[in-house]
Amino acid sequence: MMALLTSRHPVAAAFALAGVLALVAGCENPANTSVQQQGYRGTGMVAVSGARALAVNNAIPEPMAPVPGGGPLAKDIYQNIQVLTDLDVGQFTRLMTAITQWVAPEQGCAYCHADGDNASDAKYQKVVSRRMLEMTRHINGEWTTHVAQTGVTCYTCHRGNNVPAQKWFAPADPHTRRSAGNRAGQNAPGIGLTALPGDPFSAYLTGDSDIRVVASNALATADRGATIQDTERTYAFMTHITESLGVNCTGCHNTRSYFAWDQSRPQRVPAWHGIRMARDLNNNYLIPLTGAFPAERLGPTGDVAKISCATCHQGVSKPLNGVSMLKDYPELLPGKPAPTQPLPEEAAPEGAAPGEAPTAMPTATGA
Amino acid sequence: MAEYQNIFTRVQVRAPAYAGVPASVADGPRNPKSFFIHLLGRVGDAQVGPIRLGWLGVASLICGFIAIEIIGLNMWASVDWNPLQFVRQLFWLALEPPSPEYGLSIPPLNEGGWWLMAGFFLTASIILWWFRLYHRARLLGMGTHVAWAFAAAIWLYLVLGFIRPVMMGSWSEAVPFGIFPHLDWTAAFSIRYGNLFYNPFHMLSIAFLYGSALLFAMHAATILATGRFGGEREIEQVLDRGTAAERGALFWRWTMGFNANIESIHRWAWWFAVLCPLTGGIGILLTGTAVDNWYLWAVNHGVAPAYPAVGPPIIDPATGAVLTPPAGAQP
Repeated sequence: MMALLTSRHPVAAAFALAGVLALVAGCENPANTSVQQQGYRGTGMVAVSGARALAVNNAIPEPMAPVPGGGPLAKDIYQNIQVLTDLDVGQFTRLMTAITQWVAPEQGCAYCHADGDNASDAKYQKVVSRRMLEMTRHINGEWTTHVAQTGVTCYTCHRGNNVPAQKWFAPADPHTRRSAGNRAGQNAPGIGLTALPGDPFSAYLTGDSDIRVVASNALATADRGATIQDTERTYAFMTHITESLGVNCTGCHNTRSYFAWDQSRPQRVPAWHGIRMARDLNNNYLIPLTGAFPAERLGPTGDVAKISCATCHQGVSKPLNGVSMLKDYPELLPGKPAPTQPLPEEAAPEGAAPGEAPTAMPTATGA
Repeated sequence: MAEYQNIFTRVQVRAPAYAGVPASVADGPRNPKSFFIHLLGRVGDAQVGPIRLGWLGVASLICGFIAIEIIGLNMWASVDWNPLQFVRQLFWLALEPPSPEYGLSIPPLNEGGWWLMAGFFLTASIILWWFRLYHRARLLGMGTHVAWAFAAAIWLYLVLGFIRPVMMGSWSEAVPFGIFPHLDWTAAFSIRYGNLFYNPFHMLSIAFLYGSALLFAMHAATILATGRFGGEREIEQVLDRGTAAERGALFWRWTMGFNANIESIHRWAWWFAVLCPLTGGIGILLTGTAVDNWYLWAVNHGVAPAYPAVGPPIIDPATGAVLTPPAGAQP
């Protein structure tokens, strides 16, 4: 380097300098990253944050003013109420208003409701959203192993979009070439910019293939166990998790021994449940809706858009940075409130005054 | 700054092309069409040729060409013969070995058959080249050290692509031909077998790899640093030590108490380089055939240390087992 800079070849020196600058420009800016120890010293169990993240708006919409409850049930006033049978009119209207802001801020009520007939199921969006309401209550009631008391709302995934930005479809059959050029479902710029299998989802988030590929015995047995191809699929899926959550492998694992639970971080347990939650939701809520969607919403093989870790997490280890919107919307808890009782006091946010609930569906205000 | 200390050879002495010493047996006329390339002269000898291919060299190049063609055309076909995408995605493209269900059978061409063919021709090319190296060295009356060093690399290549897959009973265990895909394969291989860094032969291989680089740097630095006393005439100094070798030797005895001599340093370098793939190949060969999880193997043999828990015990949700750090963990 010095020899070049001091030589009589300024062009060569310029090229060398440009090369060094290009190299440095490709690196992370250390001022933007921070490293935090989260394991025993010397084991490299650190979290590197701030380096790269999905560009996602994690801002929380202002919670709507609570309603007192205790009014007549919505199902007795409106027609064709099938899921939200436990909400009174005020709660029901408040939730509808919130959903509009979360899912269809541009289109408003008409995104789901046929003109002039709110009871009609003519639009597929209404059929889908009804099932999504059931799914949301199912998550908040049955999957506290993953979502804890933070829970989820429509906004956790939708963020103001009609269709959540992060979803997955099964890829088109890669074996379209007759005699050469078989990519074997991988070897293309894919997850984490690796050449690993491009669809690690079908095996684990609809199917229940064994993610665990590492042998539990030190010495080899007659059973050869998982193949390299199994391992690459697991590896691709784990890379998807790190991308979706904005964490490293060490977010859950001690990387000297990926399989050993005794050395893992506690975060590995909710992650384990999360995989099963996504599988449950895909198989029991999304896939049965396939026929409801128009063709343009389906994937290249005619499959429905499905949930991955990124659908909720969107680049952070706790969706929306861990803020619970559910506490402001107890209507999304299953079986609450009981049909004839008013909303529990503690469910309403502090400072909430009765009678502030909007009485009309809002115009498109954005979330 | 003295000329010999520069990165490049600044002075090129030109003489008529030299055909080389006579071989031990008649080997026919040498290609008289040697020529000079100035830029090569900056980093080595400016004279190119005489090149001797012979039938071994020709057969090796043909086999190598066929292998590269099979790999490259399959990569190109995988992007629908789009030249732009071929260049853009080149680092990701690959020719994959057969999938596991084929075992050691011969699969259809597009299901791994191309991979088998490419592997056959690449291996043939490499083996033919090895015979060529051996044969040429013998003709010149040289030792066959270069050929055997190359054989060490061929050993590792054969373990990865042939011997271990055969022992595992499946071509699918072999490495894909591709830039990123073979790196992904390497990482997946380590993950599958419980962390290859706990494989003692992998450790040895790394030690010899880094050791080779260290020895190379130490030796090259010593020779360059004694160049003003004729240090680059290493072989003469084996028998007739000048002050260059004496100074270099004393320098290392001063600084670390011991020195290799001007001959043995080359044995050090050769063995370090050769042992890197030899030990690495043993490590790969044992993986999956004898050892299924190198981390557990290392725990059983007192290699992997146990660390105290930082948080509460973790329960494997699949089994419900409460897991605590292994006995013997010391804070």
